[in-house]
Amino acid sequence: MSALFEFAVTFAQFCFALAMTFATIRLLRGPTAQDRVLALDTLYVNGMLMLLMLGIRTSTTVYTDIALLIALFGFVGSVALAKFLLRGEVIEP
Amino acid sequence: MTTNELPLAVLLPATLLLILGGLLTLIGSLGLLRLAPFYARMHGASMGNTLGMGCVLIVSMLISSALAHRPIVHEILISAFLVMTSPMTAMLLMRASVLRSKAPVR
Repeated sequence: MSALFEFAVTFAQFCFALAMTFATIRLLRGPTAQDRVLALDTLYVNGMLMLLMLGIRTSTTVYTDIALLIALFGFVGSVALAKFLLRGEVIEP
Repeated sequence: MTTNELPLAVLLPATLLLILGGLLTLIGSLGLLRLAPFYARMHGASMGNTLGMGCVLIVSMLISSALAHRPIVHEILISAFLVMTSPMTAMLLMRASVLRSKAPVR
């Protein structure tokens, strides 16, 4: 059973790596600016999931805190970019 | 204690949830790559990411709780935060897309 679990962890990591590749392709290709922002959003969530898989594989809990930080800063970045696309400036007077 | 010594009642749901989460995330990102209109792309990315994230965070909670022999629920913070913020980002991006598609092309 443990070998099957190891296989599942490797499979999930492979899936996340492929998903990050797809997001990167969309980030480079994306016809409009909001496509690129959406691809960046997907990219950081997938990177956070990859980090969590690393934490499961090595049975340490440090990666959870790093994942929380990635989620926080990624959200701030995405909202700032979306706000810029929406209004033309991030912080309005 | 490593993941080799975990009981079957933990490993079986963890394995199933990992495979499900990986597949959901992969399908969501494939939708981001392949679908044509922007709103369809946004649907694929948001849906796949949120569901896959939920699966993986449940697995992480299961494994770390079973390793430490006590409930560890730090991952609830991440999932609650992402569940709150991911629709907000999607809504802002969609409003930006609607606004930019209405604006005259320069």
